[in-house]
Parts: sequence; structure tokens; C-alpha cells
Amino acid sequence: MTLLRLTGLSRKFGGLNALTDIDLTIEPNEVIGLIGPNGAGKTTLINVVTGVHPASTGNVVFDGNDITHYKPYQVARSGIARTFQIVQPFPEMNVLDNVAAGAMAAGGARSVNDARNQAMTHLEFVGLMPFADQPASALTLAMRKRLELAKSLAMNPKLLLLDEVNAGLNAAEIDQALKLVREISARGVTILLVEHLMKVVLSLCTRIVVLHHGKLIAQGEPDRVIRDPLVVQAYLGRRYADTEHPNA
Amino acid sequence: MKRDILIGLGLLVLLVIISAVSGPYLLRLSTIVLMYIVLALSWNFIGGMAGYPSFATAAFFGLGAYTGAVVQTSGGSMYVAWCAAALMTAVVSGFLGWVLLRLRGHYFAIASFALVEVFRVLTNSMTDITGGGMGLNLPVPQLASVHAQAVFFFYAMLGLAIVTFAVTLAVSHSKLGFGLRCIQQNEPAADILGIKTTLHKVVAFILSASFVAVAGAVYASWVYYIEPPDVFDIMYSIKPIVMVLLGGAGTVFGPIIGAVLYLSLEEIVWRNLLQVNTGALGVLIVLLVLYLPRGFLSLKFKRLRKKVTT
Repeated sequence: MTLLRLTGLSRKFGGLNALTDIDLTIEPNEVIGLIGPNGAGKTTLINVVTGVHPASTGNVVFDGNDITHYKPYQVARSGIARTFQIVQPFPEMNVLDNVAAGAMAAGGARSVNDARNQAMTHLEFVGLMPFADQPASALTLAMRKRLELAKSLAMNPKLLLLDEVNAGLNAAEIDQALKLVREISARGVTILLVEHLMKVVLSLCTRIVVLHHGKLIAQGEPDRVIRDPLVVQAYLGRRYADTEHPNA
Repeated sequence: MKRDILIGLGLLVLLVIISAVSGPYLLRLSTIVLMYIVLALSWNFIGGMAGYPSFATAAFFGLGAYTGAVVQTSGGSMYVAWCAAALMTAVVSGFLGWVLLRLRGHYFAIASFALVEVFRVLTNSMTDITGGGMGLNLPVPQLASVHAQAVFFFYAMLGLAIVTFAVTLAVSHSKLGFGLRCIQQNEPAADILGIKTTLHKVVAFILSASFVAVAGAVYASWVYYIEPPDVFDIMYSIKPIVMVLLGGAGTVFGPIIGAVLYLSLEEIVWRNLLQVNTGALGVLIVLLVLYLPRGFLSLKFKRLRKKVTT
């Protein structure tokens, strides 16, 4: 059964068509890479799915329910978790309580203590246990990104939307993050990740979706999609695509 | 939580002793302190825990006072009047919160500020019910002596303060309190984690209004004459905010400590510097906010004790 189905999804900001007529389906257990040049509408797509920006037209069906008009908290409770491109911790709360917040609201914990207990296992998983009682503002960027992951895992999601989890990380930190994403995927969580690093996309994803100017221009297996002339043109310009450079 | 309850009980015993041994001056002063403790604890729900700077405290104080006064003048007993004030204000604040809490930051502050003026003008113009600018005379409480009256209202305010404190304690350890803290820290993030932010904020707003309303109704019964500029005084909005910031916003004991501290300062300054008392108090507040921005409770008492002993 299809996990997420977007049909004819559009979003306008005034006269700007940020998303135009997007049709996309996501099957369970897929790891999908959402790529596209800056301003292509990748984050807008995530915002529309999670209810931050309502869709102008079209609809979003998740797990058999029409969630097009859900508010963000309802989307979260229906089983979609996301991380932000710019990390969004609760800065003065400690690391454990940050994760407990996820367990409490969408994760369905019965009490604050229950939520903290659940949070422990997720902290262990992302390797932040030694920092459990530190305020979130004391963490480095790489650790904050892992904290975001732990928070969204605490929500027990079926679908995880990762918005540039690797932006601003160094090579070693990226490898760690990749390992975590693989393990999360192995648990049976479906993942959609927005990513600029081709290395990451090619090594993780089972399918790639390409956005350009708010339109879905290509999708399919990673190796095939990155050779698609339309995709090369979107990233590097028509002249470059015409020369049919194979390693674009 | 157990420790919190113990400290609370200690404070309580202290207050009862004060009332038992004190004369009318101290009795009246501690009744007022208790009233402000209720106001400060109430503001703490919306301003401290949820981080929404509400200036509506005076609006709900006045609404409670007038609801209670109208019930009492039309023959209802004092207790019925106090309950009516709580109910009426809970409903009104629930509706207003549902509308106003869509605003954030300064916009919410200004909107809540306007509530006080709107309520005052409404009360002034509804002459048939409220007596308008002439005010309302309430029945004098049927008690043996003036002193017995003072003692009665001291215990009434004390009871209300205890209830408000107990609710504060319960909320701060509950999922509601946890959710409010998340909202205060980062509302969009709380939303995306599945926290029902609007519901949390409305509940906090209702809590912040209801106890204030009962305090207003008790106050009306106590002084048995109220008029709009008296109970819709904007100082009822501002003082609790200063108290909470003084003591420590979002904490359980901060509002209590802040209220006691502020009123003691006010009393001392007023007594000794009659001519420039508000000026002196203003300077004191500025100094406290500059050097103790996170409130009195943020002082590291443990480190302080170490310094003293070594």
C-alpha cells in the first residue's frame, strides 16, 4: 500500500508558483532523495506536506487518510516527523527533555516520566546519552542535528522527512549521520531526504526525485536520474547539457 | 515535587503565625501580599510558562470583581459570588484567548493591554447593571467586628493563594506544563512535534484569568465598594509581571518570592521616601532587572553558601 500520495499539489506565494502540479507517491521502506537547485521548492514541499503552509490546490494522502488540510500538530500525530534545515531545539531545556517532548506529543507517552524513559532509548541510539542533562544550546551543530533526529524518532514516525541533515557538517560527521539514517531506514521507517551532496544521495537512496522551479522534472533510480539531460540542464545550464558531459 | 510541597507548607505556617500575632496593619498588608501572590502565580501560567506577555490581568481582576459584586448586590451569597466570578471569567477568557493567542510577542501584549481599557469602558457604560461611574456598593459582611472581618478575608485570600499554588505545582509537573515550556522555548518546533499549541495556550490563559477573577471578587467583598478605575487599574496588570520577573519567570516559587519582595520594597520605600517613592522604586526595579535578569531564584545559593563557609 502506498504510504504517501501527492496529487496535483501546488502552492503559490502571491504570484510565485513555489510548487506546480506535483504528483508523487512514496512506498513503504523507500529512501527517497529529493534534490534540486536552490529555490527549487524542496523545503516548500516538506512544509506543504507537514501543514506548515496549506496547499493551494491538490491533495496529500498519507496512510489512507487525506491530510491536506491537517494542521502541523495533526500531521505530526498521524505519523510524519520532520527535521529542519536550521535546527530547532528548545534551547534552555536539557537534551533529554528535548527528546521527551517528541515522545510526549506525537509519541503518545502517558506521562512526563514515561516520555523521559522513552527519550533515553533514542538518546542512546544517536549517541547523545553523555549529554542528556546539558542544555540543548550547549551542543555543537553536529550534535544538534543528531538531537533533531532523536526528537523526530521519539515521535514514532512512519515517514521521516529530513531537510538537509548534513548541511554544515564535516566529512567525518557526515559519515556518522549517514550511518544513523541507514539504521533508521533498517528499522522500517520510510525516509525522504532533501540533500545537496550527491555522494550522500547516491549511497543512500533507492529513488531520486528532482524538483526545478517548483516542478517535478525527473524521478527514478539514482544512476539513471543524474544522467537525465533535463536534470543536468537544471543544475548546470543548457550549454553544459548539450555537450553531453557524462559525469555531470 | 515533595520538596516543593514541603517548602510551600513552611511558607504557609509562617503566614498563619504572622496573622495570629499581628495587629491590623500587618494583617491588612499580608492580605494584600496574598492577593498579589495569586495575581503573580496566575500571570506565571501565561507569561512565565508559556512565554506570552499578557497585560490582561487587570481586565480579569475587574471582570471578577464586578461579576461578584453584581451577584452579591442582587442577593447572592459571597461564596456564590466568588464561584460565579471564576466561571464567568473562565468562559470569557477561554473565548478571548482562542482569538487573541493567534498573535505573538508584542502584538499579543498590545491586544491584551487593550482588553483592560475595553472592559473598563464597557463597565462604565453599562450603568443599569454596574452602576457605571458611580460604582457599586456591596452588602457589608455580617461579621462580629472589624477585626473579625480582616481575619476572615485574610484566610479567604490565603485559601485562594494555596489553591493557586497547588494548581501551579500540579501544572508544572504535568504534560501541560511541559508543553507550555516547549511553546515558550520554540513554538514552531513544539507544533511540528505534535504538541497542541493552541489548546495549551488557551488553557494557560484560562488558568491565568480564573484565579485572578476570584481574587477580584474577594477584594470586592472585602472593601465593599468598587468603581471601574479602581478594579480596572492597569497597575494590577503591571505589578504581577514585575513580581514574576523579580522572582523568576516560569518557576513555581518565583512568583511568591517576587510578590513578597516587591511589596516589601514598595512598603519600605513608601514609608521612608514619601516624596519620591515611585521614582525610588523604579530605580530599584531597573537595577534588579539589569543585574538579576532571570530573577531572584536564579541566584546560585549553593555557590553562595560555599563562599560563605570557605
